[in-house]
Amino acid sequence: MNTASATAAGVRPRLEVLSPAAIRRIHEATLEVIERVGVRFPSEQALDLWAAHGATVDRATSIVKVPAHIMEAALRTAPPAYTLAARNPAQDLPLDGHHVHVATDGCGIEVLDPWTLEVRRSTLADVGDIARVADALPEVGFHWVAVSAQDVDPATRTHEELLAVWRNSTKHVQTETVVTGPDARTAIEMAAVVAGGREALRARPVLSLMQCTISPLAHDGGPIEASLVAAEAGVPVGFMTMASCAFSGPATIAGSLVVGNAEVISAMALMQLAYPGSPVYYAAAQTAMDLRSGAYTGGGPEDFLFGAATNELADFYNVPLSMGAFATGDKRSGWQSGLENGLSSFMASISGADMLLGVGLLHGSRIWSFEQMVLDCEIASIVEAMLRGIPFDDEALALEAIAEVGPGGEYLTLPHTRKAMKGLWKATYMDRRTYGQWLDDPDKFQREALEKARRLIREHQPEPLDPALDAELVSLVRRHRAAALVAG
Amino acid sequence: MSEELFAQMRQAVIDGDSAASAALAEQALADNVPPLDAIEKGFVPGLTLVGEQFGAGDLFLPDMMLAARAMQKAIAILEPEMKRQSTQRHVVGRVVLGTVKGDIHEIGKNLVGMMLATSGFEVHDLGVDVAPERFVSAAHEHNADIVGVSALLTTTMAGQRTVVEQIEAAGLRPKCRVVVGGAPASSTWASEIGADGYSEDAIGAVALIRGLVGA
Repeated sequence: MNTASATAAGVRPRLEVLSPAAIRRIHEATLEVIERVGVRFPSEQALDLWAAHGATVDRATSIVKVPAHIMEAALRTAPPAYTLAARNPAQDLPLDGHHVHVATDGCGIEVLDPWTLEVRRSTLADVGDIARVADALPEVGFHWVAVSAQDVDPATRTHEELLAVWRNSTKHVQTETVVTGPDARTAIEMAAVVAGGREALRARPVLSLMQCTISPLAHDGGPIEASLVAAEAGVPVGFMTMASCAFSGPATIAGSLVVGNAEVISAMALMQLAYPGSPVYYAAAQTAMDLRSGAYTGGGPEDFLFGAATNELADFYNVPLSMGAFATGDKRSGWQSGLENGLSSFMASISGADMLLGVGLLHGSRIWSFEQMVLDCEIASIVEAMLRGIPFDDEALALEAIAEVGPGGEYLTLPHTRKAMKGLWKATYMDRRTYGQWLDDPDKFQREALEKARRLIREHQPEPLDPALDAELVSLVRRHRAAALVAG
Repeated sequence: MSEELFAQMRQAVIDGDSAASAALAEQALADNVPPLDAIEKGFVPGLTLVGEQFGAGDLFLPDMMLAARAMQKAIAILEPEMKRQSTQRHVVGRVVLGTVKGDIHEIGKNLVGMMLATSGFEVHDLGVDVAPERFVSAAHEHNADIVGVSALLTTTMAGQRTVVEQIEAAGLRPKCRVVVGGAPASSTWASEIGADGYSEDAIGAVALIRGLVGA
């Protein structure tokens, strides 16, 4: 969604939950944690890099302690703005602070089957179907790998998933399932094929990577090495913390912000030390543990405040932010999913997220629902409308219309109304019928949301991949599988 | 005199105060209180009370975990003396736990381990990034009733199947049962890979495993 052009007339509303002093305090506290407590990087390659750049490295524990001045200098080379490219350039996504791009969520493990309505394990066919529907929905700007292709050999699963998305959509792909150096090399070769070569990929990254940190204060070795492969190729890479209050982070929001921030900025700094100027982004999906069950909640007031606060931290580091919104803990589409996804996407957007993840998953990002995907898109369109703010030109003030109608009249029959009502948001799936109509057909809108997805699965024809490119991608996947077999 | 000590032990567990529970365990040894009595009459009632209030929703998971840890600290101090006296707590079952190869997530697994340990199970935690062969050898070595396999990633969960297969191939089944857990696992997944059980959370895991060993 573009919020830049609209602000010419209206002012994009903006919410801040941290004062500049608070942001500075979190930053300083984070640097202190990284320097004194350290962050774990269980990768020889990462430890060598840190050691070469002056950090204190403990090889036995893989814990790195980095002096503040090294961190600050490294972070300064991160580019503030860049573009996520799409197979179709008209769908490119500028990450410039003036846009919020919505993605599909990931990476689910089950699918609420759109035809049988039973929950079952996710497959490669689902990855393709979801990508095709997302290709058609204007609210969706880019893809995550929405569900895991569990019917595919794990050795090439991530590559088969990528191929399935590219075959079904021209939009940008961000994958969160490339988790080793060798996997990343093949994924990037595939992206280079799609983009038209390594340099073309650097100029127009049709792929970006997202890696989860391991809270508290750790990274996984494979994902860090995959990230370095991406950074070298100029493919954007982001680091997502999910440090959760009382579980993988302190029970306080501020404390968990520090823990999460230390994870994210330490990884971004490593990319900058290895490949200065490589595109990186901040990613976060922090929440509070459910105190009774220990579950990841994916909603609640702390979750929404985290959404706003991490935006402000990303702004402070002057890098794009990918914010984990939506991702309701609800088990079906209903009041809880509407509330959680509405508030989380609103809080993240109103505080300036560039990328918003993501539509379609229920049960804390485990179960894919096409109905929820379409309903989440309606939420996204409400948020988009709010971000446009309130236009204040003469046309909008409508003084002539006010004079024409005068006291006691109505605006229904006014030509001005017919023209200006185009600016009003229109509901597709909100129930605004009479009570009698609702009684006759209570589930009309849920059914229509699902029907829309079903229709798109059946009928939407994405722009196909060039058959020669497709064949090249297939042979890269095959080669990767053969190499994996040899490596055992 | 012992009654007063037992009351303090119960309170230390309720307060989740590991330092206090450790000191009280030391005191029990110094006062020649039988270590089994200290556990059964002192610390266990505290944990039972916390468990009841947790079940009722009046206490929360961190209360439960702190209480469990306070009890574990005390047991660790009392254990050598119990061995010397050739007494031992009733072992409900023997459990080998670990996170699959290629995966280093451990908070959930640790939670299950602590809940099991305080529920009377003998727990052998192999840690993270555990090769399937290590699950097999540990199950063999400890005569395990249960092998618990954790995975957090869709990319590593296939390792749970390998463990099931290797436990089977080693001839440890059906005596030794394999249970799986972690965000990407599900009961469908568990039955597909031939595991004996799955739980969505730590509390459910204890109930599941108690059921499997007939406790």
